[in-house]
Formats: sequence, structure tokens, C-alpha cells
Amino acid sequence: MKYLFHFGRYLSMLRQAFQRPQKQSIYFRQILVEMEKLGLASVGIVAIISVFMGAVLAIQMAFNIDTPLIPSYTIGFVTRQSVELEFSPTIISLILAGKVGSRIASELGTMRVTEQIDALEIMGINPAAFLILPKIVASMIINPFLIAMSMLLAVGGGWIAGIFTGLFPSSEYIYGIQSFFHLYDIFYAFVKTVVFAFLIASVSAYNGYYTKGGALEVGEASTNGVVYSSISIIFMNLVLTQILLA
Amino acid sequence: MIEGKNISKSFGDRPVLENVSVILVKGQTNLIIGQSGMGKTVLLKCLVGLLVADQGQVFYDGREFSKMSFNEMKEIRQEIGMLFQGGALFDSLTVEENVMFPLSMFTEQTLPEKLERANFCLSRVNLENANKLYPSELSGGMKKRVAIARAISMNPRYLFCDEPNSGLDPPTAHLIDELIREITLEYNMTTVVVTHDMNSVLEIGEKVYFIYKGKIWWEGDKNNILQTDNPELQEFVFTSELTKKLRPVKRG
Repeated sequence: MKYLFHFGRYLSMLRQAFQRPQKQSIYFRQILVEMEKLGLASVGIVAIISVFMGAVLAIQMAFNIDTPLIPSYTIGFVTRQSVELEFSPTIISLILAGKVGSRIASELGTMRVTEQIDALEIMGINPAAFLILPKIVASMIINPFLIAMSMLLAVGGGWIAGIFTGLFPSSEYIYGIQSFFHLYDIFYAFVKTVVFAFLIASVSAYNGYYTKGGALEVGEASTNGVVYSSISIIFMNLVLTQILLA
Repeated sequence: MIEGKNISKSFGDRPVLENVSVILVKGQTNLIIGQSGMGKTVLLKCLVGLLVADQGQVFYDGREFSKMSFNEMKEIRQEIGMLFQGGALFDSLTVEENVMFPLSMFTEQTLPEKLERANFCLSRVNLENANKLYPSELSGGMKKRVAIARAISMNPRYLFCDEPNSGLDPPTAHLIDELIREITLEYNMTTVVVTHDMNSVLEIGEKVYFIYKGKIWWEGDKNNILQTDNPELQEFVFTSELTKKLRPVKRG
């Protein structure tokens, strides 16, 4: 019953958020601001994690494929496939759920408990549309770029690992990452990314928007935002994989 | 004029307001006073539509506000200015941007026009040279003054103030009270102030409602509040040593 209540209120919040903007120029500016806050501010962490993720993947692959029966270019191929299909869209989205999700939930939660959201409402501004819609749109625009960057850096990280460890030849790895490439896999990854971006922004926003109380509750909202957006990402990952790859 | 008729509001099975009726007069500062937890802020929130009353009606100059949808309320809300307890300034905006915010949202004014209006409102609340500061860099009194400047930027017909003096030192609290009274007269607004500060009551209480256990317990003004026979109001009014000294001595 409690979950039904929250789901209903989440849908109601989305309905309010997707209403016609008050003044389009201001909303457009808000989207750009959010793209900077939610996207550009995450470039560093996404880059670091992606390079190391790719490097570890390639090294583990090299250790596990220790047989002459499997060609060594497989390391490049499997690294690319893993990064492209799962690691970049899902794992990086989970990391963004932690970084961006907590930011969104705590920002809105603080605005709620300090009556800033009430102030917007009193002015006759739809607070959900003004505060939440730009975050959702900005995440859905910027996250695919972050994930694309992550894919490139992770594959690059694998290559660098090969050079430094000498576990596999660079030429074989490069041949592997070019092998059996299907454009549909990229499409699948970006569909997942956009859906996950929507979930991160909207689920975290929901947790912050309805915060009641004080600092303790804002912290709780922030944690819940991360937990529930992560769970929804994992659940939707299964659903989308079944729909798009089965 | 704002009229609240038979407003009731409960949270769960706990009634907070029971059949409260108030008439808030134009061009005057109308005070809603009472101890903490008696329903003052809930009444204020029901009047401005931040809370939906379980029953009762709210009229703004004859327009029934309580029956309106969010979009219909917009028109009236653009005529409302509100000063929240903590100021409720937008943290990410500077003082100047906070004051210009309603103008940016609802008018087609150019930036120089908005700046001119913001500067006028800030000078009206005696706050100059703070335009580029952020709310985190302001003192409590400055925050309240910026919030008043923002509230009057759109020339509101109605001004609501929730505990405007809370957390302020006496001179600053006096300044805020003076500002509220001056602005009310200047713009001929209907001003509603929720407070439990007796200094405010005696300074600006042109019409006073005393709320007790969710009901209107007493109604009057600053001139007759000290003569009250109502025991609950007496307890509220004559708590401090200072107000005890103001207590009229009964003769005979």
C-alpha cells in the first residue's frame, strides 16, 4: 500500500513537472545550468572510473583467457562488448545515481525545508515544472555524452593496461575492439542511458521534493534518492535488455 | 480584503483549526497571534493555499480562492507577496537576482528596467550595496529585508508575513515592523502578519486575532489588548516582566 502511494505521488509529480513552461526562455536557461551542474561536473569522475574500469576488465580478461585456443584479440573484443553493453551504460549510470541523484535530492530537499519551494508556489510558479523538468531534460541530454566518453575512455584504458603490463599485444587489442561491431549495440546502450538518466533525475527529485522536516530528513531523502534510483536502474536494465536484445 | 470563512484543518486525527473565520482588512496590518502550536501558521498557509483546508472558504476581494485550480490561482498569487520565517531566498541567486526573480518570471521588462525596480525595492528596505551578495552572506535581518524587497517587487495587493521578527535583535525587529507598516500604508495592501512577538502586536497590531487551540479566542486591536479579561490572552500577553508592567491596574 505504501509503495502504491509513493508510485501514485511520483506519477502525479511527473504530471505537474511536464506541464507547459511558464516562460520558455527561462526554462531553456535552467536546462543549460543543470547540464553544467549535473553533467559537466561529473566528467572528471566518469573519466577516472572509465579508464580504470577498462584497464581492469582487459587485465582480468587476459588472465582468464590463458589458452592458445582463444585468439588474444578476444581481449579487445570482449572488453569493448562489456563496456559498450553493460559497464558504461549501467555501471556509470549507477555511479551517476550516487553523485547526481544525491545532489538533486538534497538540493530539492533543502529547498523544501527552507520554504523556497513554497515561495515559488506563492509566486504562482509551478515548482515541479520549474525545478524538476530542467533536471530531467538536462540529464537526458548530457548523460549520453558522458556514457559515450566513458566507452571511449574504458576501451582506451584497456589498451593502456596492455601496453604497461605486456599481457597482450597492442595490435591484437586494437584488432579486437574493431571486430564484430554492431551499430545496434550502441543504439541499445544509448536507449538504456536515456532511460536511466530519466530515472536518476526523476526518482531523486521525487525523494527531495516531498521532504518534510529538517537537516536529518534532507540527508535521508538524499540517501533514499540514491537507493531508489539505483534499484530502478537495475530493474529497468533487466526489462530493457529483455525487450531490446531478446 | 481577505475573508476566511469557517476554516477547519486536521492532520490525521489531530484537529489544528476548527471553524476559524477571519476578516483581514485592506490598508491595515492584521495580526494573527498565539502561542506556538496553536495553528497560526496553518491558518496562514490555508489562506494562501499552501495547505488545503478540510472545510471552509477563502475570498480575496470577493474572489473565491479556495475553489480555484492551480492555474486559476496563479492570477491571485501574482498579487501576493509573502515573507517567510527564514526568508526563503533562493540560495543560488544573488540578492539582486532574488528581487528580480518575480519580474523575470511574470513581466517582459528588460534587464535595465528590472535592475532599476530591484534597486528601488532594495533601497525601500534600506538595503543598498548588497546587490551582489548571496543569501549565505547575509545576516538574519538582511535576509528578511531582501525577502520584503522581493515580496513588494511586483506591487502586491496582499502581503503575508510569517513570524517576520523571529531570531532578530530588538532594533532590527523594530525596523522590520516599521517597514511592514510603512509598506502597507504606501501600497494600501492587505497585510497579514503571524507572530507571537508582543512588541509587534503593540506596534503594528491594527487588527488582532488571538488564536488558541485552533479557534479564534479573541479579536481586537493593539489599543484594547492590554485591557483584555480573557484569561488565555492575559497569560499570553503578560508573560514577560516588561509586559507585566504594562498591565492596567484594576481600580475599586
